[in-house]
Amino acid sequence: MDVSLIIFPGANCDKDTSLAIKKITGKHPKHVWYKETTLPKSDLVILPGGFSHGDYLRSGAIAAKAPIVKDLVKKSADGIYVLGICNGFQILTECGLLQGSLIRNNSLKFVSRNVKLRVERNDTIFTSNFKEKEDVDMPIAHHDGNFYIDDANLEKIEQEGRVAFRYIENNSKYNPYNPNGSLNDIAGVYNKNFKILGLMPHPERAVDKITGGDHGAKIFESMFQSIS
Amino acid sequence: MNKEDYIQHGLNDAEAEKLLEGLGREPTITEMGIYSVMWSEHCSYKSSRHWLKNLHTKGVHVIQGPGENAGVVDIGDGLAAVFKMESHNHPSFIEPYQGAATGVGGIMRDIFTMGARPIALLNSLRFGEVNHKKTKHLLSGAVSGIGGYGNCVGVPTVAGEVGFDKSYNGNILVNAMCVGIANINKIFYSAASGIDNPVVYVGAKTGRDGIHGATMASGEFDKDSEKNRPTVQVGDPFTEKLLLEACLELMKEDAIIAIQDMGAAGLTSSAVEMASKGNVGIELCLDELPKREENLSAYEMMLSESQERMLMVLKPNKKKLAEEIFLKWGVDFSVIGKITDTKKIKVIYRDKVEANIPISSLADDAPMYVRPIKNRKIDKNLTHQKTNIGLKEIILKILSSPNICSKRWVWEQYDRTIMANTINRPGGNAGVVRIEGTNKALSLSCDVTPRYCHANSYEGAKQAVAECWRNIVSTGAKPIAITNCLNFGNPEKPIIMGDFVSAIEGIKDASIALDFPVVSGNVSLYNETDGEAIKPTPTIGGLGIIEDVKIQSNHHTQRDGDIIILIGGDGKHLGRSIFREVIFNAEDGDAPTVNLDNELNNGNLILSLISDKKINSVHDISDGGLIITIAEMIISSNIGAKITLQNNLTNSNGDPEMLYEKMFGEDQSRYVITVSLDKVNDVIDQCTKSNVSANIIGDIQKNDLEIDGLVTISNNELIDSYESVLPDMMNIK
Repeated sequence: MDVSLIIFPGANCDKDTSLAIKKITGKHPKHVWYKETTLPKSDLVILPGGFSHGDYLRSGAIAAKAPIVKDLVKKSADGIYVLGICNGFQILTECGLLQGSLIRNNSLKFVSRNVKLRVERNDTIFTSNFKEKEDVDMPIAHHDGNFYIDDANLEKIEQEGRVAFRYIENNSKYNPYNPNGSLNDIAGVYNKNFKILGLMPHPERAVDKITGGDHGAKIFESMFQSIS
Repeated sequence: MNKEDYIQHGLNDAEAEKLLEGLGREPTITEMGIYSVMWSEHCSYKSSRHWLKNLHTKGVHVIQGPGENAGVVDIGDGLAAVFKMESHNHPSFIEPYQGAATGVGGIMRDIFTMGARPIALLNSLRFGEVNHKKTKHLLSGAVSGIGGYGNCVGVPTVAGEVGFDKSYNGNILVNAMCVGIANINKIFYSAASGIDNPVVYVGAKTGRDGIHGATMASGEFDKDSEKNRPTVQVGDPFTEKLLLEACLELMKEDAIIAIQDMGAAGLTSSAVEMASKGNVGIELCLDELPKREENLSAYEMMLSESQERMLMVLKPNKKKLAEEIFLKWGVDFSVIGKITDTKKIKVIYRDKVEANIPISSLADDAPMYVRPIKNRKIDKNLTHQKTNIGLKEIILKILSSPNICSKRWVWEQYDRTIMANTINRPGGNAGVVRIEGTNKALSLSCDVTPRYCHANSYEGAKQAVAECWRNIVSTGAKPIAITNCLNFGNPEKPIIMGDFVSAIEGIKDASIALDFPVVSGNVSLYNETDGEAIKPTPTIGGLGIIEDVKIQSNHHTQRDGDIIILIGGDGKHLGRSIFREVIFNAEDGDAPTVNLDNELNNGNLILSLISDKKINSVHDISDGGLIITIAEMIISSNIGAKITLQNNLTNSNGDPEMLYEKMFGEDQSRYVITVSLDKVNDVIDQCTKSNVSANIIGDIQKNDLEIDGLVTISNNELIDSYESVLPDMMNIK
């Protein structure tokens, strides 16, 4: 399977993501510079986290206009799989591949902590290695992770089962379970055909027990087993 | 020379005289500016240089001690750790977000300038009293500034400390530390060489921000210090990230002869330092400087402290390759001069020579003062001795006091998990970060207890080194080396200078005894507002190595049924303790003394117990003493403890005799460990053999803290007291 990682200037989770993939598949993904105009042959394209272009406009807004993203939009119509993590998720909403937007956290502050998530369905290529409705832990670290969408589309996303991950109760008074105010506690969503996933948590930082957990590894394992 | 001019440039009569002597003629305005910043306290260390020489800077791991952009130590596997701490106090008080942000940016550049990729950030912050009108604004701004910069560049903030004290009401402290990893054969230094080699400017464009920042940082504040706002630089972490990647990419090639970041005093100090270290001259043509706006004068360009800029001397045949790398990353690249054999710095702008100064006059001949010293009188007496406040209330009051309470509100704003190598959680003994591609980890901590230093600068500074060492030991790491950030008031006052000199002695004695040499550092003087100085604050940042990431220890991993053992003896010393600060509002008595032989002996025992896997958890005893240490362990594990200290023995009135010294004394070199029942005898034996005091004081059980059957506090009550303070203060629900 061919995996490409798009590198925007200001991306800072590209190395972690690359290492996580290497750890799980034994192979580094191809790195594609944002100024390229055509993606190399890929089954899966990953947009890593970070601060593309400094996030000086809306997070992800400038990156969404990069030449490579045009090609990504085109190729996703042909059915390649796309994963956007954190800033990558923001870019996917900015370029229209995913619905909704990620607005400033309701605390108005950057938040870095571990969250509890429920995997809402385990029948997509991103989640096939999870148990049904499995509860998992993953780190988040973002300033703009508050998922927002109009009521009609929110209902539609829910009805179509397109919520991928939801923040769930963690029984901690000083650690609100929904860390950013996302509607319906949404931490990640799919597009209509479940081939595109965007999520705010960082699975690439959760691939090793010694550094705080390995639940994120299951996302990568699911993808590589499903697609290969 | 007009007296008004040189006074305005921070020079005194004798210094003006020295300038004329060194230059041999009247200076131009640009030259006056250059002298002004190079001879400022901030750049020349004129009050501290004489004493800094006394620090202990050698050791088996030391590759580079003080004097370069950062210190370098050998950590094995062909790798080096590069680290330093620096202050950004003055700008952070005036403009907390940008001041703190650019402090983080500056210290990261010091690290990657040497060829190291930054892998961890730490910070030590001091604010005024929590109810002072500026404190909330300054805390909020500094914390988001630190987060805003570090998070964007993508380096985890793994440890730090936050303290509050009235002496910082008019002068907060923002000390930032960065640690990087480099290939041991690929360390880059700043000494320029090779006549006619190109001098290259890379990074952000030069603007008018930060002009005379170094001079500002070399003076006291008064009511009008707000007007200094334009001297605070503005940070751009996105450009820093691009500059970082471009520099590290170029460093893989054999292209760079010398490299220096433009920090305090900007282009002036980087050019002079590179030429001075290489014993050469340097010629700069400012027409080629990337500029943010037109019509900058030579004076402004030489003094600008615009951020995210670097100066390099390149091999001439690698110029094109270097330019391509920087253009790819979208970072400015411009050849702005060359190395000469004149041993002068010559500055040309619009065909006019704006400056031509012998390097030695600016660097080697900078003023140096051995200022008068007066020793502080140490009063060992304690005023109040008794209180009617009940034990439960005392414990909860201490846990909710600003200097003890949870700093979650702060550290949740820092990305702690990026790079996917962070091992432990905040609030523990020290930050632990795995080294990518190895089985090792670094253990990192920064520490100082200003209330001790205020009472007794020598013991306080010694204690800062020892506590840092102890925190690192508590994670199972071998302590290797330290950096420091020496924050003091006006050195022209003998009592402040006395504190400074005693602190140097204290650091020296502790670092020799513990084999914990100083490899880099920074001095920040004139931390005063309207004549009120801060408490002496010699912050120590330490680094240790964990050889096997699987063998490390934590303070929240105790198990139900574990036996609690106090290592290092009972508490006896209450002078300058948190207990007295919180309960009596008293700042009295002497600082606790560190017996460095005991420190070393006890610490080595802890290290061997950890490596033999004989203990389940360990926490060093510091602020608040034994009971607060145990409470912190309960809070982070949510597992309770039953403690027996014999408080219940009655006094002559038939009341229980409260053993405050035992419970809250801040005697040094002590630890709390928890051990499985089957290993207790073994551990006690080992302590006896090592001549270390070990007392069984209780066991891990249930959901509360129980002391002598006199008081029972539920885990939830402890957690509430500890966690609710900062969110309430900052109005976050």
